[in-house]
Amino acid sequence: MHDAEPSNHSAAPRPGHTSFSRQIGIPLLTLSLAALMAMIFSIAHGSSSIPLQDVIAVFTGQGSDLQRTLILELRLPRTLSAFATGGLLALAGALMQILLRNPLADPYILGISGGAAVGALTAMLAGLGGFLISGSALIGALSATLLVFGLAHGTGSWTPSRLLLTGVVVASGWGAVITLMLALSPPQRLPGMLYWLMGDLSYARTPWPALIILLMVCLVLTPFGRSLNVLARGPLQAAALGVAVKPMEALIYILASLLTAVAVTTAGSVGFVGLIVPHMLRLMLGNDQRLILPACVLAGGTLLTLADTLARTIIAPEQLPVGVLTALLGVPTFLFLLYRSR
Amino acid sequence: MSCLELKDLIIDVPARADGRAISLSVEPGQVWGVLGPNGAGKTTLLHTLAGLRPPRSGQILLNDEPLASLKRRAIAQHLGLVFQERQDGFPATVRETALIGRHPFLSAWQMEGAEDINQAEAALAALDVAHLGDRLVSTLSGGERQRVAIATLLTQAPEIWLADEPTNHLDLHHQVAVLELLSRQAAAGKAVFMCLHDLNLAARWCDRILLLYPDGEACWGDTRSMLIPSALEKLYNQRLITTMIDGTPIFIPARD
Repeated sequence: MHDAEPSNHSAAPRPGHTSFSRQIGIPLLTLSLAALMAMIFSIAHGSSSIPLQDVIAVFTGQGSDLQRTLILELRLPRTLSAFATGGLLALAGALMQILLRNPLADPYILGISGGAAVGALTAMLAGLGGFLISGSALIGALSATLLVFGLAHGTGSWTPSRLLLTGVVVASGWGAVITLMLALSPPQRLPGMLYWLMGDLSYARTPWPALIILLMVCLVLTPFGRSLNVLARGPLQAAALGVAVKPMEALIYILASLLTAVAVTTAGSVGFVGLIVPHMLRLMLGNDQRLILPACVLAGGTLLTLADTLARTIIAPEQLPVGVLTALLGVPTFLFLLYRSR
Repeated sequence: MSCLELKDLIIDVPARADGRAISLSVEPGQVWGVLGPNGAGKTTLLHTLAGLRPPRSGQILLNDEPLASLKRRAIAQHLGLVFQERQDGFPATVRETALIGRHPFLSAWQMEGAEDINQAEAALAALDVAHLGDRLVSTLSGGERQRVAIATLLTQAPEIWLADEPTNHLDLHHQVAVLELLSRQAAAGKAVFMCLHDLNLAARWCDRILLLYPDGEACWGDTRSMLIPSALEKLYNQRLITTMIDGTPIFIPARD
């Protein structure tokens, strides 16, 4: 054994990080291309297919009025909503897994979807529609977040295991309330409620709030990538390496809850994306959050865009709930990757 | 060069009387060994010195500034810690693990550069684990993991090294190698403060000793004056046989 003396340099700009840029750049570029192709595919397909050149024509300001209406007012908003929802959920899932240091965590593990569902179903039972269902779901999601955060804090310390246990117990409480509401609902309202519970993008009105919040959260997270890597190794190790653990955990909790609340408000509780996409990417790309978090946004968005396209087309003009398709697409892909991983 | 000063420090071990307040200074070039039976508060002391938990009373000064007033990042640039227990929730390679030692020195937007990677590689080589660079830490043996943890601290290259039983899980050769590395760090002007269970390693490699008793009593001083067989027998509640080899005492537990 020989001694090496790494000298102690303070932070100074230094060149020569090409290999890292390449490690991060190429996967993100590939995923961006996949996302773009999925979106074009989604816009071109539906109850009636549109040839690719017509899609391009519409985006360059040409095309027939019918095609313009179909693409710009119906399909594009829905495609963007699907992409944004998938991105929100995958990013929220990745953050929850780091926060709870539990690979089984998903965006709903702390009961946010349960709160949102109770909100949405209440609005449906009251005969409200459209925007009011979304608004009610958002209120449900935010109150669920505050409830879990307040209870987990309690009179003692705030630890991930306590947060997890509180969240899981509160979530099963919401589950009971949802079952009760379904049991007591008039039969004609049941299909709409079930679709919402499985996740359905036909409730999505406009993609912009979801896209803007997704983009803002990504920007907020950018400087914290390496700190998240350190935090994934446990709070003590992270603190010893200079991470302010408590503020960091509070930030992650708030951001992940916000992302999930917006996703649930947009499309109901779409399952599997938030659990499977981060894992799939970690299996393929390692666990550097500076790569995994943006990759989650792109891959989650792509998966949900494709799933929603299938949901709209398989039994067109009828639609399937998209949550069923994310599970049907995601589960075999994930199991295949897991089977092949080291 | 940094130094760590303990002023009337009483660590917070739940349900224990205050005992004796510790006042000492960990200075460049010194190698401190903390000895004490299980539950005496060795790990608690180390975590308190790293600012990871508050003391019951007293003060810790890092370069004359109260530790409690410093930001975590500022502390981590001067002081590092090898933990006794590590959790690996997510898979990470040995190289990635060593590289996080550079975290306190990189700004938020900065990627690890070639120099950081070289530093991590050199640290892995110094701990004899460079050949494991691409392996997942979770697939390593206990001793290999211990060496990776020390390599991470060597990558961090702090001026004050806190180590919680750094020879845990290590075979004889690597115990000696790690302690040699720590004493070379001290000779180069770093300060080392470690918990040990092996009296003989402490006798040979530490120049100062702190004895922690389970009731909160403590005493400290240079090694020669602290490693007195009667004091150690009281500390561990264990009879010892003592002999001298090359001018260093060797302690062997006696059979009852």
